[in-house]
Amino acid sequence: METHLLPGRRGGREVIHRVSIFIELQEGVLDIQGKAVERSLVSLGHETLRSVKVGKYIQVWVEGESAEAARREAERMCDDLLVNGVIEQFRIEVEGE
Amino acid sequence: MNTAVVVFPGSNCDQDVMHAVAETLGTKVRAVWHRETALPADTDLVILPGGFSFGDYLRCGAMAARSPIMKAVAAHGKRGGLLLGICNGFQILTESELLPGALLPNRTLDFICRPCFLRVENVSNPFTANFSKGQCVQFPIAHGDGLYTLPESELKTLEERGGVVFRYCSPDGQAEDESNPNGSANNIAGIVNEGGNILGLMPHPERASDPLLGGADGRVFWRSLFDAYRKGGR
Repeated sequence: METHLLPGRRGGREVIHRVSIFIELQEGVLDIQGKAVERSLVSLGHETLRSVKVGKYIQVWVEGESAEAARREAERMCDDLLVNGVIEQFRIEVEGE
Repeated sequence: MNTAVVVFPGSNCDQDVMHAVAETLGTKVRAVWHRETALPADTDLVILPGGFSFGDYLRCGAMAARSPIMKAVAAHGKRGGLLLGICNGFQILTESELLPGALLPNRTLDFICRPCFLRVENVSNPFTANFSKGQCVQFPIAHGDGLYTLPESELKTLEERGGVVFRYCSPDGQAEDESNPNGSANNIAGIVNEGGNILGLMPHPERASDPLLGGADGRVFWRSLFDAYRKGGR
């Protein structure tokens, strides 16, 4: 069984929340990967394409009493490591919230 | 001048830089594993070497910047101790917010490994004091994520305070777009903090420290540090 499927380790009411974190480059930061993908799609004939942005999608499973608590914990993870505030911005979705 | 070279999982220039410093200066150089929580007590210079710490996963240098040793490294830098980040080490310094800005994938999306000319823009810091201002030197580069960026207003501040130490240039010292290998803002290859004691650069001075390897401009870099240390007792 995967760790993220285990029941709450501290016993009682904790449940495990799946939190999705979407990270993208801030406006004005050169998205060189997006540009390369864009050129490739255009060369494949996707004439309606106007722009491509490449970002990151990270899922974390967080134990907690509520979805709000899981969200706050995920925000701390973004601040601590997952997001570089100089170049990136992020958005969080908690399953069931 | 005692040097500590921090080794992260995935560092691959640690031995080269240890050799370059020890061979050029004849001073004591020690490796410090990233899981340590303290630097050797008599450390004068800390070097974060090049490589691919933690496989470059998430962002280059992101996880290394959170390694246990980095609290001691930051404290060393904040009290004015000499701190140098080369290539991945530069990425670790920006990820640690010990230097401003960030390093993005090269504009060509290629990994670029080749000799490179640099113009020395600032010689009033311990790392480049033995060069002359405007001098053109050759250090090689070897990176996939070397495009230096920071917001326009901060870029202006950095330039105005003389924070840019190295700029990519042509063999005759012109810093134009054709001589910018990775798309860095203003051809920036290396910067120093306001205190002048923390320097990060993408090119590798340790790979230009022996004529057998195609150049020895790096020796002037190490000698600068040593002379500044002896004069200033940092």
